[in-house]
Amino acid sequence: MCTYATTRLSVDGSGKGAEGWFGLTDASVYLDHPVHAPAGHTLNIDFLNPAAGPGARVAVELTAESARRLAAAIVAALDSAPPGLV
Amino acid sequence: MYDAVLAETVNIHGDGGDVIEAYAARPLDPGPRGGVVVIHHMPGYDASTKEITRTFAVNGYNAICPNLYSREAPGAAPDDAAAAVRAAGGVPDDRLVGDVAGAAAWLRALTTANGKIATIGYCSGGRQSFLAACRLDLDAAVDCYGAFVMDAPPEGAPVKMTPVVGQAANLSCPVLGLFGEDDAYPSPDEVKRLDEELTRLGKDHEFHSYPGAGHAFFSVDRPAYRPEAAKDAWGRIWDFFGRHLAG
Repeated sequence: MCTYATTRLSVDGSGKGAEGWFGLTDASVYLDHPVHAPAGHTLNIDFLNPAAGPGARVAVELTAESARRLAAAIVAALDSAPPGLV
Repeated sequence: MYDAVLAETVNIHGDGGDVIEAYAARPLDPGPRGGVVVIHHMPGYDASTKEITRTFAVNGYNAICPNLYSREAPGAAPDDAAAAVRAAGGVPDDRLVGDVAGAAAWLRALTTANGKIATIGYCSGGRQSFLAACRLDLDAAVDCYGAFVMDAPPEGAPVKMTPVVGQAANLSCPVLGLFGEDDAYPSPDEVKRLDEELTRLGKDHEFHSYPGAGHAFFSVDRPAYRPEAAKDAWGRIWDFFGRHLAG
């Protein structure tokens, strides 16, 4: 199905897209049909700057298992940072 | 046999007179011939949908696929445009109907047109094809595994789409439904109830459901592709259009 289920959040940072680096303002996280990944449904993340147009986008499509590993790795990396660093 | 086909991007007038992009493919012999409006799936106005549009031309129909995401993302790559529209909750129903009406008018104005028009849509476009047939004067409509025609989205789901079966009394043309038995949206039970409702309303329709196939079984570039189902279903389409678009 086309889920349209989307979590939208504001983010602060940079991403590298088709035309180089740009500042990020938003991200969409959703489980839906991928464009490229060989799977029926994937966990998709779009890092965006809508003010710069639809092409200001860094996209990933991950299998559910790899998305969970990524989420855990992100949390683990942040938790392991030395005190005061972040 | 002369079999030249012209395929090109054109501008058409969509809902509200807006100029939107579309991909058109048509045989170059004199015709006359029927026209097909191809309604793309949620991932957008992409290479595979353009290939489907060309397939209709190769098989003797004037065909056009409006880019339903033209307004939100003019000139953007199909996947970027789909992401932007998706984040906004999809295409509004009234605008979809207006864009399909504009595409149908473009087809009817061709010198090779015989005046007959069909719609065909895939995935979210399946529901939109059914919707267009309820709201526009058409000659045939094909719904390829469209969800939320009969049932509302699951409770709590953020999908803005609403069922269109309530408008089915206004169907203007026969409907061909092509479904996968392994699909959950629409499920076989939902397809069965839609079939029964159209029978109750006295609406000309034929449904085919394929074992071993799920959602998107026509998609040759996705793991959901099921060649046996797709080949049979293409045959059903040619038979259906042969009967309803001849003129």
